[in-house]
Amino acid sequence: MNAAWLVFRRELAAYFATPIAAVFLVVFLAGIAGMTFFVANFFDRGQADMSAFFLWHPWLFLVLMPAIGMRLWAEERRAGTIELLMTLPVSPWALVVGKWLAAWVFAGLALVLTMPLWITVNYLGSPDNGVILASYIGSWLLAGCYLAIAACMSALTKNQILAFIGAVVVNFIFVMAGFDLVLAAVRNWAPLVIIEAIASMSFVGHFQRIADGVLEIPALIFFASLIFFALWLNVRILEVRKAA
Amino acid sequence: MALVETRALVKRFGAFTAVDGISFSVDRGEVVGFLGPNGAGKSTTMKLIAGFLEPTAGSAAIGGHDSQTDAVAARKLLGYLPEGAPLYPDMTVAGFLDFVAAMRGMTGAKARDRLAELVERIELAEVWNRRIEALSKGFKRRVGIAQALVHDPDVLILDEPTDGLDPNQKHEVRELIRSIAANKAIIISTHILEEVEAVCTRAIIIARGKLLSDGTPEELMSRTPAFDEQGRPRSGSVRLEEVFRDITHPNVSPAADTTKLETAGA
Repeated sequence: MNAAWLVFRRELAAYFATPIAAVFLVVFLAGIAGMTFFVANFFDRGQADMSAFFLWHPWLFLVLMPAIGMRLWAEERRAGTIELLMTLPVSPWALVVGKWLAAWVFAGLALVLTMPLWITVNYLGSPDNGVILASYIGSWLLAGCYLAIAACMSALTKNQILAFIGAVVVNFIFVMAGFDLVLAAVRNWAPLVIIEAIASMSFVGHFQRIADGVLEIPALIFFASLIFFALWLNVRILEVRKAA
Repeated sequence: MALVETRALVKRFGAFTAVDGISFSVDRGEVVGFLGPNGAGKSTTMKLIAGFLEPTAGSAAIGGHDSQTDAVAARKLLGYLPEGAPLYPDMTVAGFLDFVAAMRGMTGAKARDRLAELVERIELAEVWNRRIEALSKGFKRRVGIAQALVHDPDVLILDEPTDGLDPNQKHEVRELIRSIAANKAIIISTHILEEVEAVCTRAIIIARGKLLSDGTPEELMSRTPAFDEQGRPRSGSVRLEEVFRDITHPNVSPAADTTKLETAGA
């Protein structure tokens, strides 16, 4: 997997080669701080925990992760560099994994930069740091799912805006899957198995279970398999587009 | 064994047939010029050989390795300059060529020595640490050629390697191609007929996705008179141009052309 590592390094450097990285990090931190303090009323809750912070991650990521992932393939296709990349003697898996990993590590860095909030909570009281760690891991895995889906959408087009919109829509479906709004639409006619299957695809449900403090194995498996499936789909999209 | 071989290569995009049953092979030591009007299917054929596109029918192979089913082995032997010489604008020349070398499994002293050699040969020293987006068109094209040569490949496919270069740079690139031609199989596409005369040992003319002519530049030229009506000698590129127009002219059906060529070759 040496090639994946090389692609990873190149892609990560590409984020920082332009002001995109700085702009993104500022927007991310401002967004998450706004949600935590003004929407979830972090101080008024009077609790030394970070649930007000994590509560909004699925929603904030809905827009921010497609913003990170939209360029991954669409930019290469627009510039024609995809032709260089895909005629190198490496497997498409190495390219797909390398690119996704770079985006995921970049998202991880954004999460690490929210550490001051964690320090603040520890200064103000004595939170359960195990729960906080579990939540961070859950949040990062959630970001990985959003990014793997965004990478797939990016592989479908050379237009980054379309890739962004496609990623937001598909991610939104996964977020909404657990809500009554969606379930009510199928409840009247679909068999129970289908309803439960849809509900079990919910990003929010799985994330919430992890954020509640238990690194729940089924939720971890769900996120890991969703990421794997999306990466597999990404490889397939690249292969199918060769024959298009 | 031929280093490059295509068998009845067909590529359709929807209802449009871009490449229509092209077969040819290229041996070591040959420099094949791909000629044809815009949209003739030259770039598509090159993409099919490089394995970037999958053929609708037929096959392409590099060094006996099928471009699709044995892609990694085929690509190890291939240096490829895609149409328009695409590069990563945010990387430096050094960073980019290091990346390509590493992706091709070259590391440490081997990569360093080879890159040092290329920098000298393709004259990239003055832009070595500059970002690619800040380079002139000529330098960008040269970086594109350098990345195709990094691993000293047996097969070189260059899509319009001299496009956008000034006359001096064109000359340098042709010299470079000539100097490495002896132990490689090289395919270049071009619009410039004097280029064919200058570097190619063979010229393949493609129009409307079909291979219309395959022979040495001399054979092609011999199809038009060497002297004009006043008895003055005509230059090779003028004669090539005439043959080219004759063969690719859309009013002449490809079938009629083929017959004519066969008669001419016989």
